[in-house]
Formats: sequence, structure tokens, C-alpha cells
Amino acid sequence: MQLTGAEIFLESLKREGVDTLFALPGGVVLKIFDVLHQQKDIRVILTRHEQGAGHMAEGYAKATGKPGVCLITSGPGMTNVITALADAYMDSVPMVCFSGQVPTGMIGNDAFQEADNTGLSRPCTKYNFLVKDVNDLAQTIKEAFYLASTGRPGPVLVDIPKDISMDKGEFHYPKSVSIRGYNPTYDGSKWKIKQAADAIMKSKRPILYIGGGVQHSGASAEVMELAEMTQIPVDMTLMALGAFPGNHPLSLGMLGMHGTYVANMAMHYSDLVIAVGARFDDRVTGKVAEFCPTAKIIHIDIDPTSIRKNIHVDIPIVGDCKRVLIELNNILRATVNGNQREQRKPWWDQLTAWQQEHPLAYTQEPEAQIKPQYLINRLYELTADRDPIVSTDVGQHQMWAAQYFKLKNPLTWLTSGGLGTMGFGFPAAMGAQAAFPGRLVLCIAGDGSIQMNTQELATAVIEKLPVKVFVINNRFHGMVRQWQDLFYEGRYSCSQLGNVPDFVKLAEAYGAAGIRIDKIGDVDAGIQEALAIDRPVFIDVPVYQYENCYPMIPAGGSNHEMLLEDPPELKKPSSTHQQASQAGSDTVLTA
Amino acid sequence: MEHIISLTLENKFGSLSRVAGLFSGRGFNIESLSVAPTLDPSVSMMTIVTSGDDRIIEQIMKQLNKVIDVIKVVDISENEFVERETALIKVHTRPEDRAEALRIADIFRANVLDSSPTSYTIEVTGDVKKVQAIIHLLQPLGIKELVRTGRIAIGRDPIRPAQAQPRPLAKAN
Repeated sequence: MQLTGAEIFLESLKREGVDTLFALPGGVVLKIFDVLHQQKDIRVILTRHEQGAGHMAEGYAKATGKPGVCLITSGPGMTNVITALADAYMDSVPMVCFSGQVPTGMIGNDAFQEADNTGLSRPCTKYNFLVKDVNDLAQTIKEAFYLASTGRPGPVLVDIPKDISMDKGEFHYPKSVSIRGYNPTYDGSKWKIKQAADAIMKSKRPILYIGGGVQHSGASAEVMELAEMTQIPVDMTLMALGAFPGNHPLSLGMLGMHGTYVANMAMHYSDLVIAVGARFDDRVTGKVAEFCPTAKIIHIDIDPTSIRKNIHVDIPIVGDCKRVLIELNNILRATVNGNQREQRKPWWDQLTAWQQEHPLAYTQEPEAQIKPQYLINRLYELTADRDPIVSTDVGQHQMWAAQYFKLKNPLTWLTSGGLGTMGFGFPAAMGAQAAFPGRLVLCIAGDGSIQMNTQELATAVIEKLPVKVFVINNRFHGMVRQWQDLFYEGRYSCSQLGNVPDFVKLAEAYGAAGIRIDKIGDVDAGIQEALAIDRPVFIDVPVYQYENCYPMIPAGGSNHEMLLEDPPELKKPSSTHQQASQAGSDTVLTA
Repeated sequence: MEHIISLTLENKFGSLSRVAGLFSGRGFNIESLSVAPTLDPSVSMMTIVTSGDDRIIEQIMKQLNKVIDVIKVVDISENEFVERETALIKVHTRPEDRAEALRIADIFRANVLDSSPTSYTIEVTGDVKKVQAIIHLLQPLGIKELVRTGRIAIGRDPIRPAQAQPRPLAKAN
């Protein structure tokens, strides 16, 4: 069957089961958009910026586990989507990005809207292709989806020159692919798994340290079985939240720079760390030389490069988390003698003591300004029974959301961990909402982050993606301000954002709903009101400006050296001061 | 420590930049790199000379293996190997130096590829020490241009004592 490249593109996407495409047109991809206009199988969501398209594809992928797909044009379209590709690469998000390219005969001539798409994306994609012959297009698309979704997932770029989309070629969609340089290891070494089981049985103070790999491989049930069977406490990385229930008695919460006291103490004093699909990121290890000084380390990961990159590992197991844990659980099931809790009592006594010593805490005076933690905690409590999907931007609000929003299910947490991309949360939430129109999708954002992608309000309204965006509005780049308070003597260089825009009016200007919650007594009612609206909603929550996020391990510090509250020398205005913003005339303090 | 890594990779557009980009992006060292197609024209062979401690070399090997266009990675220097490099040296010769230049070339069994009234172009092939030695000796004469291929290496096959071949069993009738 002879089809044009554009038709081959469409047919191939259908064969891959793609139901949603996040897209923004341009000159060199018009032929493809023309074909998309004449079909009904794939929903095409027009975004307002290519970065938005990229993050929506990520949100779709993180919520479904399937590759998210976006289509953008050459030149600036490509450079705009780079941030999303880099973000997806850092967080192992399966994603296929199609970019337009100038006609093959003009490549390299500095043509209008030309960019070296494969060159630009090479360091931030798992792989990329430039299609030079229409007869290679179907095979290339098959390989792109295969690479994006297998092994350690990641973004793949397919660059399609204009003439390729118009040329006619034979369409034949391959059933399978084999790439000789790509053979991920799924089954862990049986011998190493046996060693790991022995180490677990011998260990007195073990800790499970689970990461995003548990989400990607769908290993939540296996982690649960392992933890319950052996009564080993569970630390989660930022990327793992939801992969193990945050309210489970074995959960110690998030570890790392802003992790809980008990999670970090447990790592530091454990004698066996069982890392599952985590990569010993610097926000987790703190000072590498003092990381887990007394522990043996088991590391299960599908990517061999993650193992021994930052930290020496005693028992490396390369393989898919789920398959390795099934094997490990099989061995342990035969060995465990039933009274694990009893045997681990001294360790659990210690953990409980740490938990009680410094639980997550904040103070919310009744008549004072709203504390960000209070808002997030209430949002969690009021939506817990609806199994929401929660996205965040990057900064203080992200860390508070990670601490207080105790997710119960995998693939419900959308956050930018590795790259730390402000502006990620809102489009990611929309991508998840597009995948699950009936579910409650919340975005917890900061006033700094949200302003990096507010243009997508138009997309949310027109495409009827009723995400609920809570803007934790402290009129600061809060995390920057926190560091300036702690390490730069309160000199707020470029961290003050002022009291603009009016987020309620901004939302209304786009046809979305806007709500402001600025009194402590209105929090519950405001949240309920927002949840009841079946349109996109921006909920502007002016909060106490100077709240800092604790616990905190200062950069380069060791995991047991946490700051737990503001140091006494830090002077800041109290939250009980009359709130200026309520009068709408909040002027930012000048230091 | 210096390592010589031999890569088999897809002979495709962009493969070289994926490998080179990996080294620059992750701050690994490249001392030399040479690449050419093999008997199978769809596959290239690349030899990279790099250096680093054991941890870095382990990462380099793993990261190279992760590159999708890379089919096979071998640290040649882990076992016995032979290496060669070719250099083309254009040496400036005053009338009184011409005989000396030829003598040096002769000692190193190097070939003179081109001659002009004021220069010789000398081709030398050998291991890195030999190439460096001739460069060192020719330097006082004045080297006008120097081009080196970078090193290539291949593992030695093990030398086993000749073993008696098992005799084919007599067929029982």
C-alpha cells in the first residue's frame, strides 16, 4: 500500500495504540497536521508552547506508564521542547517526540527555522533518529516506541524532514524490532539475588530505599510483599512517592535533602541498604564520604551505569526491579520464620524513637496567615478518598507536597525530580487529565513556577482539562529565599516576585475559574468549592511569605546533620502580623 | 591509568558524535580516537585511548555499553595486545641535515614519502614509544608538520602449547 509519509506517521501511531498527541504546528509539519485533521482516532491537543506539549506528554506518560507523544515543528519548536526532553531523560519518562525538519535537500544550509534537531537533542534523549527515506519511517517509529518504553525508559526523538512527510512509500508496520546494540538485562543474576537474600536475613538494621524505578517497572506489590514479609522500613525518594503507600506503618516517608528525620537517620545508621530502582542522587546521599557509613549496599537497577556511579555497592543486581524482587521474595518466603517483627524490635524501637523525636511539624496559629503546609495537609485530607493524581512544580511547595501529601498508589505523583524544572506541574497535570478525564488531578504550584507556563491555561480551557491548580503564593522564589536566609544573610537577590499577577483574574481572563483563599477559616470551604467546579481552576493561596522547609540537609552536609527549624539568629516577620496581601497591596520587603 | 578501549559500533550517521559527546558531556578523557569501517560495512571499529582510575574506567565502559549504536565494548588493555600508530612527519632539512634525516628514518624503518629541496615527508609506524622516539630525534632538525592517526590496537590470541588433536573415533561396523 503506497502512503505519504504523513499517512505512514498516522498509521504507525495508531498501531502503537497512541490515543493522544500533544502538538503545535509549523511550516514543515503542515502535511502531518493536515492528515491529523482528517481522522478521529487520535485526539490532538493543541498547546500554546512546545515546552507545554513536552511536559503534557510527560504527565500523560507518568500517569499511564505508556509513552507520551508530542509533535512539534522545526527550529524554535525544537529548541522549546528541549527542556521537556531533558526533564524526561533525567526522570526516565517514556516519551516519543516527533519534530519537523526542513526538507532533506536544505539541511545544513541554515534554512528558515532550521536547527540541528538530532544534535541538539542528543545529550538529552535516550536515542534520536533523522528519517532520510520515507520507506524507513514506519520502522523508525516502531524502534522509537520500543526504545522509549523498554529497559530504562526515556525520551526518543524522531526528526522528520518536510519532504519525507510528503513522499510516498510502501507502508508495512513491523511486528517486532531487534536492535543489536540494545539488549537490556531484565532478569537479575540468581547468584547475586541469593547473596542479597542472605544479607537481608543477617541484617539487624536494614532499610529499603526505593526510587522511580519501582514506578516504571510496576513493582509496588513486590516491594510491599518484601517489606511486610521482612518488616523492613521503607524510605522513598521523591520519584518513588506513591509507589509505596505514604500512610503505611512501614513507610518512613521521603528521604534526602528535605526528607523526614527518621528516613535520613535510618539510612545513616542502617547496616544494610536495599536500593531498588534508585540512583543515589546527590540530594539523597548528601556528603558522599559520610553516606551510610556502617551499611552494606544492595543495588537493584535496570541501568548498569547507575550502579557504582556515585556510591560503592557491595551487591549489584542489574535487572528489572519487579522481576528481581519476585525472585528475591521467593527465596525469602522460604527462609523467613514468621517473627520478623520480633527480631527487628530493637531497630523498630529506634526508628519509632526517631519518629517521635522529630516528626514533620509546623505551627499554624489560628488567626494568622495560612501556612503552606497547612494548606497542603488539608488538601490531602479532603481529597484522600478520591485517589487524586498530584503534580507539582519545583521548589518549597514541591517539598511540602512530598512531605504532607501521602499518596497511596503508584503513577499518581507527577513531579520533576532530576532536572528540577519549574513550570512542569501545570502542563504535566493536563497531560494526566487528558489520559484520565474522569479523575481528580491536582497541581500544587508555587507563584514563581506557575508563571513559567501559564499560557497553557488556554489549552486547559479549550480542551476541557479541569485540573485544579493550587498556587502556593508567597511572592518569592521561596526556595531561593530560604537559601538566601540561611546562607546569604537574608540578602534577597532576585528572589522577590511582587504581588503580581492577580492569579484569579489571570484564570478568568482565559475563561478558567479563579478562587482566592486568604483566610485560615476559608481553607476547607475554598478547597471544596474548587473541587466542585468542572472547569480548570486556579486557586490563589497567599501564604505566610517566610516559611522555610525543614528538615533540611545543607548542601554538602551528611545525612544525620539536619536542620530541623530556623536557626535562632534568623530574624523574620511573624506570621501573625496583619497580612498586607489581604488588602491587595502587598509590598515586598526590601532587605 | 591509561586504557585502550575497542568499540564495535553501527556505521551510521551520528554514531561518532554519540560516543564523542558522551566523553565530553561526562568529563571523561580522550587521548586519541580512531575509527573506520570493518569487513562488514554496516559496522565500524573505534579505538579510544583514555585514562582514569578504576571507578572512572568502569563508568566509561558502562556508559559506552549504554549507547544504543554501540554493539560491543572491550577494554583491550586488560589483556595482552598489540598496538600501532602511524605518523606522517614533514621535517625541515637544511643541506647539511638531509643525510641525518634519512639516517634517522632508516633506523626506525620509516619511509620517505615525499621529498622537496628543503624537506622530507617521513612515514613511521609503530607503537607509541617508537613514534615518540622518532619525533624526538627529528625535532632538532625542525618539524614543519606532524599528523598522527591515533592508536589502534588488537588483542593477542593466547599462545597455547600445541595439543594433540583428538583422533576421530573409528567407526564401528
